[in-house]
Amino acid sequence: MNPIQSFLRSYDGAAVTHNLFAHLIVQGVIITVILSVLSQFAGVVIGLVLYFMRRARFQPIRWVANAYIWFFRGTPLLVQILFVYLAMPYLSLARPLRAADVFTSLGFTGIYTDSFVAGLLAFSLNEGAYMAEIVRAGIDSIDPGQMEAAKTLGMTYWLGMRRIVLPQAMRVILPPLGNEFNSMLKTTSLVSVISLYDLLGAAEAIGSPQFRTLELLTVACLWYLLLTTLWTFVQSALERRFSASSRDPGAGKVNWSRFVLPDRLFRASPGVGVGNLTR
Amino acid sequence: MSANTTAMVDAQEVHKYFHRNEVLRGISMQIQKGEVVVIIGPSGSGKTTFLRCINFLEKINKGRIYIDGELIGFRDAGGRLVPDSEKNIARMRSEIGMVFQRFNLFPHMTALQNIMEAPMQVKGVPREQAETRARALLAKVGLADKADAYPARLSGGQQQRVAIARALAMDPKIMLFDEATSALDPELVGEVLKVMRQLALEGMTMAVVTHEMSFARDVADRVIFMDGGVIVEQGKPADIFSNPREERTRSFLRKVLEPDAS
Ligand SMILES: Nc1ncnc2c1ncn2[C@@H]1O[C@H](COP(=O)(O)OP(=O)(O)OP(=O)(O)O)[C@@H](O)[C@H]1O
Ligand SMILES: [Mg+2]
Repeated sequence: MNPIQSFLRSYDGAAVTHNLFAHLIVQGVIITVILSVLSQFAGVVIGLVLYFMRRARFQPIRWVANAYIWFFRGTPLLVQILFVYLAMPYLSLARPLRAADVFTSLGFTGIYTDSFVAGLLAFSLNEGAYMAEIVRAGIDSIDPGQMEAAKTLGMTYWLGMRRIVLPQAMRVILPPLGNEFNSMLKTTSLVSVISLYDLLGAAEAIGSPQFRTLELLTVACLWYLLLTTLWTFVQSALERRFSASSRDPGAGKVNWSRFVLPDRLFRASPGVGVGNLTR
Repeated sequence: MSANTTAMVDAQEVHKYFHRNEVLRGISMQIQKGEVVVIIGPSGSGKTTFLRCINFLEKINKGRIYIDGELIGFRDAGGRLVPDSEKNIARMRSEIGMVFQRFNLFPHMTALQNIMEAPMQVKGVPREQAETRARALLAKVGLADKADAYPARLSGGQQQRVAIARALAMDPKIMLFDEATSALDPELVGEVLKVMRQLALEGMTMAVVTHEMSFARDVADRVIFMDGGVIVEQGKPADIFSNPREERTRSFLRKVLEPDAS
């Protein structure tokens, strides 16, 4: 019997179909989605805050932001998760959180609130460090003339940010943000190490006592594929919607450089200003 | 020092540095209400910088600028100048219209939305009222049919006219134009100048930096020639153009008016 045959003999296809919609698995899918959405959302908020901290006039604020980014990008996410989880008891957080037992009252089984919160915290903090760069690239790609125009119309910095700069930066931010969420959906599987029954955690919990881990990992993979595929559709719909808001053929791919050439660059091109002198 | 209360702009000994480079070296000038002042001068003479100081897009290092009797950018705390609050600067800017060489329209908004945005967000004008006004302004600049067009779909001349309408929507006391036609294809310059002439006729107070000498000659009440960060000479357009007193003015005008003769 060759290895492939022996693999196929022991691999139980029925265990896959049988567990595809097992209670724990479906619940795990829901936990994975909730955890990913919340972490991504918090990550965007933290990323925005970090962006503005890095532009603060008060230097220590910039240091804090840079140190934060340096730390969270420079250490393994798995370590960060374990660190947060293991630090929680010392902060007297673990016990009250576990006692709160939010998920049981929502109808879940075996989801510990402290594990969930530890995961959420670690993913959010980590994602914020990456979103800071994405937010920065997005905002900095907007012509400074936009903020100046807003200011000459009597807008404050924040109003100009909110109404003029951020909506334009959003278009630049959206594609990389979508990719971040795609990896977030998969990266959250790391929480299984702190005994949370997310999709992977549930698959392991069902699989290992039955010695059917491979089959249950297959189940998990099928679900992860479904989630990421669905997200791809949502993402392209979102991107289309955002560029369609300038109801312009191919607005997302507009040759912005035509409109955002800095004054100084423009002036440097020979003949532009000079030509007008003669008229 | 105090403000000349009848002037719309009263600049007193304005100095501006970029790092060690002194770009404005003591500019004193006034713009009266209803006056059209055209500022000319060679590249790098500080025209743009001075215009940007008037609405405090650039912070001045020395001197004072009063707008309609009110100090801009600073508060006078017993003779000492302290930075003014952002809110107050924004309030004063809302009464100073500015038109840029590069238009700077908001690309994610239609022409109409571009014009309605500031009245609604800054002044709290109700939507309907803002829209009525915006449509009237679009008609005024000859673009009534472009209300729903996004800037990317408009020609340079059309974009600049929308930008003028956007500034006018705030009912400014004064309009600043920084080379409003320099980025335009030659055949589009006329349509923008026409709108600017119309504004001047209506009595708008204007400070115009331009290389369009015909505009300066026909429309300006006063022409200011700047060079090296100072005002070299100023006067009625007829005087400046036909018998400039300063050699620097003469040589500049020679180059500008007869480019082939040099
Ligand atoms: N943001 C800046 N940082 C550093 N230097 C600057 C800045 N803006 C302007 N300058 C310098 O200040 C001087 C005056 O520039 P300014 O743009 O006011 O001239 P200008 O008269 O408007 O010229 P042009 O006709 O070319 O528009 C130039 O030497 C320019 O290089
Ligand atoms: Mg200039």
